[in-house]
Amino acid sequence: MFAAAGCQDSGGGNTGSTAAAGCGGKIAIFGAFTGDNAGLVIPSLNGAKLAIKQHNAANADCQITLQEFDTQGDAAQATPIASQVAGDPSFLGVIGGHFSGESDATMPVYEAAGLAMVSPSATRTDLTAKGNKSFFRVVGNDGTQAGAVSTYLKSQNAAKVFMIDDGSAYGAGITAELEKNLGTSLAGKDKIQEKQAQFDATISKIKAAQADFVFYGGYTREAAPLVRQMRAAGVQAKFVGPDGLYDPAFPQGAQSGAEGAIITCPCLPAAKAGGTFSADYEKEYKIAPGSYGAEGFDGAMIYIDAFKAGKKSRADILAFVKAYDKQGVSKYIKFAENGDVDPTKVVIWSYQVKGTTFEPLQELKLS
Amino acid sequence: MSQSVNATAPHVGRMEAVGDRWRALPKWQRSLGFVAFVAFLYYLPLLGIPGLTWFRTDYIQGGSSWAGTLFTCAIYVLVAIGLNVVIGLAGLLDLGYIGFFAIGAYGVGLFGSVNSPVVKAIQERFDLPATWAVGWAICLFIAITLAMVSGVLLGWPTLRLRGDYLAIVTLGFGEIIRIVAKNVTTVTNGNAGISAIPGPEGPPSATNTVFGLIDLKPWYWLAITFVLIMVFFVRRLEHSRVGRAWLAVREDEDAAAVMGVNPFKFKLWAFAIGAALGGVAGVLFASRQAFIDPTKFDPMTSILFVAMVVVGGSGNMMGVSLGAFLLVYLPERFRGVADYRFLAFGVAMVLVMILRPQGLIPSRRRARELKDRAAEAEEAPAHV
Amino acid sequence: MNFDELIGQFGQHTVNGLSKGAIYALIALGYTLVYGVLRLINFAHSEVFMVGTFAVFGTWTAMGLQNNPPLGTAIIALVVGLIVGAVASGGTALAIERVAYRPLRKKNAPPLVFLITAIGVSLVLVEVFGVLLPKLFGDSGFTMSTLFSRPRQLLGMPTVLEHKNLFTIGDTSVTNVQAIVFVSAMLMMFALDRFINKTRYGRGVRAVAQNPETAALMGVNQERVIMLIFVLGGAMAGAAALLWNMRFGVTQNTIGFVLGLKAFTAAVLGGIGNLRGALVGGLFLGLVEVYGATLFSSQWEDVIAFVVLVVVLMFRPTGLLGESLGRARA
Repeated sequence: MFAAAGCQDSGGGNTGSTAAAGCGGKIAIFGAFTGDNAGLVIPSLNGAKLAIKQHNAANADCQITLQEFDTQGDAAQATPIASQVAGDPSFLGVIGGHFSGESDATMPVYEAAGLAMVSPSATRTDLTAKGNKSFFRVVGNDGTQAGAVSTYLKSQNAAKVFMIDDGSAYGAGITAELEKNLGTSLAGKDKIQEKQAQFDATISKIKAAQADFVFYGGYTREAAPLVRQMRAAGVQAKFVGPDGLYDPAFPQGAQSGAEGAIITCPCLPAAKAGGTFSADYEKEYKIAPGSYGAEGFDGAMIYIDAFKAGKKSRADILAFVKAYDKQGVSKYIKFAENGDVDPTKVVIWSYQVKGTTFEPLQELKLS
Repeated sequence: MSQSVNATAPHVGRMEAVGDRWRALPKWQRSLGFVAFVAFLYYLPLLGIPGLTWFRTDYIQGGSSWAGTLFTCAIYVLVAIGLNVVIGLAGLLDLGYIGFFAIGAYGVGLFGSVNSPVVKAIQERFDLPATWAVGWAICLFIAITLAMVSGVLLGWPTLRLRGDYLAIVTLGFGEIIRIVAKNVTTVTNGNAGISAIPGPEGPPSATNTVFGLIDLKPWYWLAITFVLIMVFFVRRLEHSRVGRAWLAVREDEDAAAVMGVNPFKFKLWAFAIGAALGGVAGVLFASRQAFIDPTKFDPMTSILFVAMVVVGGSGNMMGVSLGAFLLVYLPERFRGVADYRFLAFGVAMVLVMILRPQGLIPSRRRARELKDRAAEAEEAPAHV
Repeated sequence: MNFDELIGQFGQHTVNGLSKGAIYALIALGYTLVYGVLRLINFAHSEVFMVGTFAVFGTWTAMGLQNNPPLGTAIIALVVGLIVGAVASGGTALAIERVAYRPLRKKNAPPLVFLITAIGVSLVLVEVFGVLLPKLFGDSGFTMSTLFSRPRQLLGMPTVLEHKNLFTIGDTSVTNVQAIVFVSAMLMMFALDRFINKTRYGRGVRAVAQNPETAALMGVNQERVIMLIFVLGGAMAGAAALLWNMRFGVTQNTIGFVLGLKAFTAAVLGGIGNLRGALVGGLFLGLVEVYGATLFSSQWEDVIAFVVLVVVLMFRPTGLLGESLGRARA
């Protein structure tokens, strides 16, 4: 059925969908849509909204409602919302959570209600190791990305790598995974605090370790001032970061400091993704899709395809998501037994910061 | 400028008049009123009276579960009652109350969850099955003990400090707890958090019949029961020798010391009791959510705890409870304004403080003090 | 524990710590001035600093400043930035006093009420810069709108002065920016100290700090003194904002909170209400943080700072230098 739905991100192409009468339904999306961390999550929300909007415009007979639930990324707000969504039978699927913490907290609730959960951006490795039967993610986990980073570092013959992380579930997770792969090339490490702005002590350590590569696991908020101060202090080591930094605010915040920095991201370059997602997104929101914009779009597409295939109950939709097998915008989407996107399908690209843009460099094959 | 003083005076008067009339009622009428109020509290999650359903947080699109919101309100009320002992009764400015809340939450998380490194270590040490963990009731006890002990440990070196110094030191304490919980990953799992935290019915599971995952009403009823017990407990305390000692210390520490009340001892008591109450709130919070990570225990939340006590009416349990309720309820109910809700919240906070510095429902004694102070301000024209 | 690193690079860490502490000290002055006179913690002071960083950034944007401009342009940018930052921050502080504190002072409200009001004001300012202004001006197309094009996110601004090594002694190198931050902070604090201790206005401030009633009897206009200290404290925060932008080049609507917390800690460490205490406390805190982060790991920086605070207060309950704007108070 979904094969019939044809090519990806049907920008308006009504590819002979089998929309029957009574098609459509309601899905929920939850995450930090307001608050300090909203910047990381809004692209995903916008991506999902875009997918639904395009679908609804093209299929008047199959309207889908996307209900937003703002959690501010706070598990304490996410769980009552999960109970609300789970207790309201009109909801047939969920996109979220966007952070690992809120996902971890709400997974048992959605599982108990038999609701499928498709996360665009919760990357912590152990989320899919809990035996949860309704959690899926269209994003590679920290382990896959750390593997790609180490592939990159090996290809560059990195001899002295200095690792820094921010202690967040995301940053510390990916850094811990990377540490397993680095072996003797690990020259030193430091952990910083969230919202820290002055990094003299860390920079001294980088200098003392005479590192030729600096890996930073974390987000823009700390990475931008860090890399800027590194450069100002004369550290020339190459700066490498994960997709938390695949965010227009990073090169903007770091100004020239980020020039040449390498960012890995499990997201296809716009040109390779095919389809019109990037262009559509820019047209709609006047800004390039940042981190997880494509994942949000893909998450919504899964449910759109489910509704198009005539699925009308939570159980059917859960089974549909489980068996999903199709090219998405961000990657080829097919879920492994544990809910991770099939590791062989995860495509990780390295990007280099040039000015304020991310230039695709190469695909990183997992070793 | 004297006009602004007069403008608020009638409000104070009206509120007090209501209070006085209430106290003047015959005892049986007051008991009846109280029973009706308690019954209403228990009925609240079922609220279906036409017209009043507007108040439900799930009345709006994208709203949160009504019982879930009420539960969170009840937890914050519990926090407010505990913090009120410290701020309202003993007059100690504690900006790090979140630390005790966190200790309570981690008490049940670390000992009750099969996913916690502590439980895993115990399992390994004593060859226990992988499903073994400390029972909920025992966790509750452990958590309260831990919170009380940490209250004493914090109070011992710091309670000799004067008010404002105490404020920054306690704030630091709250931060230390959070950062330790974040950094000592081998004990707390760090920011990855601890999941599968048990409730009274055991670990979270879809098969739990009472304290389940989707229907949160029983959780609210549990929390409100705890609130009522604590209110009763603190009320007794307030009118006991300890309560009078707190009052004396708060009003004039030196005079109290001269009269044979050891300020340090009673301050320490206030800290320990307040800490225990915060711990209880933390346990319930962690149990219902079944998951905790350190990000929730940030200094901003801690400062908001103080805000709900002061905005509600420091020293009056009814007042601080109202403050706590509004603090949780308003942002939840008015999700419609989304991004602006914290702006509105800040404006409301400033307005309440300027128009009613004594709090929404002030304690009678505090309101009188405030009137005196305002009168003093008026008598001294040099200030204007 | 990493003693080798600390000892081996001791000079460098000291330089780093001092330049870090100088900014704490400048912000701490605002807390200390207000506390010294009014005995209240102006919790909204962190947001006064935040407004300053935005004002300076706005000025530079309006000037069309690029990365590493020629020296002449850089100097103009710094001087204009200093003036605009000081005016914006001083004005914000004054506005907070007028709108939020004055009505409370009229009622002689207890200190706790001021504290909560200040927190409310903080919240309002953070949200205004995070939400309201971006909504209003985010895509208005003005040059200045770039300030608000990405609500709540970190904003980078051009580097005004390229960081260069000024001089090196042994292993210790001092960059031009570090030197400017430190020296200008010292100069401003020195000027403020002279102002408070030597001028007529300063005498008024000290008089009100010591005894408001007597000062009033002696003909000191208390309201003017209070306005003066808010403006002065705000202007210092504005100057700190300029130095911050010059050194780090980033800001955000929430940038104030953590920094304000540290500056307040510094003020308490040195003895709140004492101008020289703010200086000593700020530099001391900067050093402790850099040494501590080197010795352990940066993730323990705040814990070390707070533990040191508790230890210092245990032995000196009113801070390193004791609290007094004029003389010691009982």
